Amino acid sequence: MENQNKEEEEEQIVTPWEVAAEKGGKIDYDKLIDKFGCQRLDQSLIDRVAALTRRSPHVFLRRGVFFAHRDFSDVLDAYERGEKFYLYTGRGPSSEALHLGHLVPFMFTKYLQDAFKVPLVIQLTDDEKCMWKNLTVEESQRLARENAKDIIACGFDVSRTFIFSDFDYVGGSFYKNMVRIAKCVTYNKVVGIFGFSGEDHIGKVSFPPVQAAPSFPSSFPHLFSGKDSLRCLIPCAIDQDPYFRMTRDVAPRLGYHKPALIESLFFPALQGETGKMSASDPNSAIYVTDSAKDIKNKVNRYAFSGGQDSIENHRKYGANLEVDIPIKYLGFFLEDDAELEYIRTEYGAGRMLTGEVKKRLIEVLTELVERHRRARAAVTDEMVDAFMAVRPLPNMFS
Amino acid sequence: MGHTKEQLLTRLQELQIDFPRYEHPVVLTVEAQAKYVGHLKGALSKNLFLKDKKQRFYIVSALAETKVDLKVLSQRLGLGKGGLRMAPEEALAEILQVPLGCVTPFALVNESARHVSLLLDQGIKSQECCFFHPLSNDMSITVNARDLDKFLTSIGKNPAYVDLEANPPVGKDQPPDLATLVPSDAKIVAEPPEKQVSSQGPERNHLSVNNHPKVITVAKAVKPSNASTKEKSPDAVNLSISYADPDKFVQEILEKTTSIVLSEIKEENIERNGEQLATIVSNNISKQLGLELKNIATIFKNTAYTEGFKAGIHHQPKRM
Repeated sequence: MENQNKEEEEEQIVTPWEVAAEKGGKIDYDKLIDKFGCQRLDQSLIDRVAALTRRSPHVFLRRGVFFAHRDFSDVLDAYERGEKFYLYTGRGPSSEALHLGHLVPFMFTKYLQDAFKVPLVIQLTDDEKCMWKNLTVEESQRLARENAKDIIACGFDVSRTFIFSDFDYVGGSFYKNMVRIAKCVTYNKVVGIFGFSGEDHIGKVSFPPVQAAPSFPSSFPHLFSGKDSLRCLIPCAIDQDPYFRMTRDVAPRLGYHKPALIESLFFPALQGETGKMSASDPNSAIYVTDSAKDIKNKVNRYAFSGGQDSIENHRKYGANLEVDIPIKYLGFFLEDDAELEYIRTEYGAGRMLTGEVKKRLIEVLTELVERHRRARAAVTDEMVDAFMAVRPLPNMFS
Repeated sequence: MGHTKEQLLTRLQELQIDFPRYEHPVVLTVEAQAKYVGHLKGALSKNLFLKDKKQRFYIVSALAETKVDLKVLSQRLGLGKGGLRMAPEEALAEILQVPLGCVTPFALVNESARHVSLLLDQGIKSQECCFFHPLSNDMSITVNARDLDKFLTSIGKNPAYVDLEANPPVGKDQPPDLATLVPSDAKIVAEPPEKQVSSQGPERNHLSVNNHPKVITVAKAVKPSNASTKEKSPDAVNLSISYADPDKFVQEILEKTTSIVLSEIKEENIERNGEQLATIVSNNISKQLGLELKNIATIFKNTAYTEGFKAGIHHQPKRM
């Protein structure tokens, strides 16, 4: 994709705390892959996944939502040889309301858990949010538990899943790994990776090892005792790459495999790629608590359309699929490849109107949100306790 | 069945709580109560039974003079403005199992009130003792805060004292300070009285009464479930029960399957597909239902595991 911006010094910004495209444009993912040094997830890898798991690859793989990786092929090689791995993902519980973008990594992780039949650890970084968002300890712990319910509602198997909050779990072997990791990373390095300044409090500076530690199996002695060579695969959004670059750098020095990563695009805001999804603007995203009426309203009113401004023009020129949000969202959530292809063709040619595309999107999203809500209603506090209990998982690989 | 006044009083005595008791004619208001006990030692209390839009219930126990502003409380609990209302009379009978005019923290001794959140006026702590009804309004007893706490702890509740008159700002950077007092369990609300056929007490598990199971057909936009607060709770109750009960679970599966079969086997389809219809229908079932059934099966498994887990942690080792 030709970019006139090559002249400009201004680069796009992608860090765990900020995502901004170049001057009002879209995020250039090719540039990002180049800059970060990770790999494109190509079709051959997707085919391997399908063959190994003996099921159709997840819609996010087919549509290129999860599009980059580090060492994923090594993980697949090992899996072919009979060596299993475990999954690690997480959430920073900063608000009660989850939107669809938050669910994307969890939906994909659930698929990975089912397809490969491997265990999963989920880290709730309540300490991080307490520090960065200035929440009280109690409030961040409460949010962690509330978010855990939405996460559980994504359908994880309790006999293979361990959810933990940092405030609850840090200590023991986990803390020992944190210290081992911390000893390998200089202050200058974290400043370089995360952009800390002299004004930032020391809590922030010492946080990165907390998010790195779950990449090492010895952090979970109740699960992986004696399995120090177990590999770890981390599904995450690409803005988390810096954390794990640091971890991958440290791993060999501690005698562990580097954690592998499988990374996703950013979920676009309703108002378009250039818009930002923000917690303070409820109309920038679809929340899992939205009613069918809310969804209909939000999509109809706020979803950025790539259609032309008049019906005549639209029939003549067709829609701009590159910027059209309903098409993008359908790309994430419409399972049927054939139907999506049909809609893209018809809409791109101008034979289908924006209203029809939006209508189909509303159906798809409503069903998704409704299913999530039903599953969420079945999650009790006791179930959260069960998922979060430090307990062995005897059948986690079967 | 709810506890009686006598059962409560016995329990208090067992806990070594000392309480002067005063009988009087039935009173329905604080003013009326004051006529009989106002001159005695002890502060009068007013007790409100409240409910929020998500069918969660609260008891607010305050000194009679304390100003209680429901709008402020609603915000402090994180329910937004106007999220709190007085609970309807039926809820009093079903959940607290006390008569009208008899709201009291002691009602939490009843199983049906398990998920009711209790907010206590911190002013109670500074009083020597305070008047409450012991599950019936023909008597008032006085207890001090310490004894009240003892009682609450004995029934597994955590006493929460709150400055009810405070009005802290609530916004993006100031989270609601009472949010932790909102009950967060799965909604347990008894069905509205018209639906209940036989049982009197809110026996939530007797959903055999609810003869209209939900038919959830795939790929159809579902009506908004937040539209009216009344509709929401029976759904949630149905849900958590069906995932713990194999009968209901199988029923749901059969309904979904038969609804597809019934919709596919139509005259036009029979004509068009003839013998192939069977294969086509079964393929459709797998395709449309496969994912859905796996999801609900996972919820069923998680629910069963959770029950086992809970039993495990409360398990008493064999006595040797």
